[in-house]
Amino acid sequence: MTKNISLNLISGRTIQQGVAIEGGKEKPLYRTAAGIIEMDESDFKKLGVWKNTNVRVTSPYGSVVVKAIETSQGPHPGVAFIPMGPWANSIIDPNTYSTGMPTFKGTPVTLEVAANEPILLGIELVQKLCGVKTA
Amino acid sequence: MTKTITDVVCPFCGTLCDDIEVIVSDDGKKLIEVDNACVIGTEKFLHSQSSDRITRPRMHQEDGSWKEISYDEAVEYTAQMLAKAKKPLMFGWSSTNCEAQSVGNEIAEMSRACCDNTAATCHGTSLIAIQDVGLPSCTLGEIKNRADRIIFWGCNPAHAHPRHMSRYSIFPRGFFTGKGQMSRKLIVVDPRVTDTAKMADIHLQVEQGQDYELLDALRVAFKGEWLPDVVAGIPSEKIREAADVLKSGRFGIIFFGMGVTQSLGKNHNIDEAIAVTKDLNEYTKFSIMPMRGHYNVTGSGEVFAWQFGFPYAVDLTRGFARYNPGDTSTIDLLTRGEIDAMLTIGSDPGAHFPISAVKPIANMPSVCIDPHLTPTSGVSKLHVPVAFNGVETGGNCYRMDNVPIDCRKVVEPPEGMLTDEEFLIKVRDRLKQLKGAA
Repeated sequence: MTKNISLNLISGRTIQQGVAIEGGKEKPLYRTAAGIIEMDESDFKKLGVWKNTNVRVTSPYGSVVVKAIETSQGPHPGVAFIPMGPWANSIIDPNTYSTGMPTFKGTPVTLEVAANEPILLGIELVQKLCGVKTA
Repeated sequence: MTKTITDVVCPFCGTLCDDIEVIVSDDGKKLIEVDNACVIGTEKFLHSQSSDRITRPRMHQEDGSWKEISYDEAVEYTAQMLAKAKKPLMFGWSSTNCEAQSVGNEIAEMSRACCDNTAATCHGTSLIAIQDVGLPSCTLGEIKNRADRIIFWGCNPAHAHPRHMSRYSIFPRGFFTGKGQMSRKLIVVDPRVTDTAKMADIHLQVEQGQDYELLDALRVAFKGEWLPDVVAGIPSEKIREAADVLKSGRFGIIFFGMGVTQSLGKNHNIDEAIAVTKDLNEYTKFSIMPMRGHYNVTGSGEVFAWQFGFPYAVDLTRGFARYNPGDTSTIDLLTRGEIDAMLTIGSDPGAHFPISAVKPIANMPSVCIDPHLTPTSGVSKLHVPVAFNGVETGGNCYRMDNVPIDCRKVVEPPEGMLTDEEFLIKVRDRLKQLKGAA
């Protein structure tokens, strides 16, 4: 049975993401560091899924597949965290409300299990969403 | 024999650590080891040495492949693009030096461009608040030597500014803070129990997006007035406890980050944080400082401000500088489809903008000047790799407290590679010819 849960999404820096961007955004390490969603243990139970399963995260602004991992900076039930990067930015709220600043923190999202869907590499994801032809 | 270069400046975050030691080969061409830097800074220095680095400009072809071209051809494409565009956007600037930023501003004036830096997606709203109500701030040296009350509000330096706490804010023993960490009380406000929050004396686990309410509640608590039982998810007793800790200090500082600038409320959250600082100055000495991200985003704001009068989101399309965030700011310009050419330098909007603002970049003439392969280079028509600023070339940068520090060159770039500044000078000179000004 497929379950959906709703969470409040925020994004931001992690030290692993920082190392990965300096080590090369074309490399799989970037995906390992930022192609994830950090969730509270209680939210794993609500979704009914094992840790380290791929999930599809959908907001009114887009949809992306990332790996669900247990947060190391919790507990924060109801709040989900995707490190800053193309995966988070596929779904965050781009509205600036005349300040110039998108609403990177506080986007309502729904999660569903997507165990067999692949998580794209960072550059690959952006190219695909932008319709850029690659060799 | 290797050589050790001391007092090297780290070009990663706004802390701009200036105590790095780098060991280079005898001929000065190879960087072998990095000491004192955090794990991110070390990676930045070492990545410059990677064998798979792109060293020549590349043009994206119709079939999706990339064709290597010369720097001269890259200069020609860039200058022609800017000369032809009606409303080009020149974005980034935060990972390059002030000298290159200044040349960029000359180009922007000639091509009547919109120019903006990465404050667009970090502390842009702080800049709006500072213009509205001012900013009582100080230097990091003052914090090291004097501050005994530290607030990290919506920021996580354990991850984003890894040496900030050990060099300035928590652990160092300063002139009036001789016991280091023991001399200081740390308050962290964050909806997650971050690695910074785990070190705090008081962690206020605010409901995400309710920072304004909590800041307001603190102002009420300073005055000892009535509070509801719970504000922003925090019991009133805990708010009063935090207020008492803040009032009882000798010198305090609020460091704030993306948690307040990017959540709803935005610049008004910062207005209120500055008002908290003002209130606290009735009881003790208090300052406030944005935790700037890129190592020279502060410098970019300075250079824009002294040359155009505004720190970001500058629009030169009418031949004079206009500034109106929401109108002249990058995300809004891109999502409204007003831009017809894009030059990106020293930043990665492809990775760090909402995807709706990245898609237009892929559909217009575009140049990405960046030593790395990035999502931005992946969607741009031309990728121009350059020398790593702060590693392969020096130049002036501004720390998060507005203190200018000269970065140092520690190794030679791969043969034939240009720096940001050298490439921009060539573009400027060619653009002058195209505009008939030479």
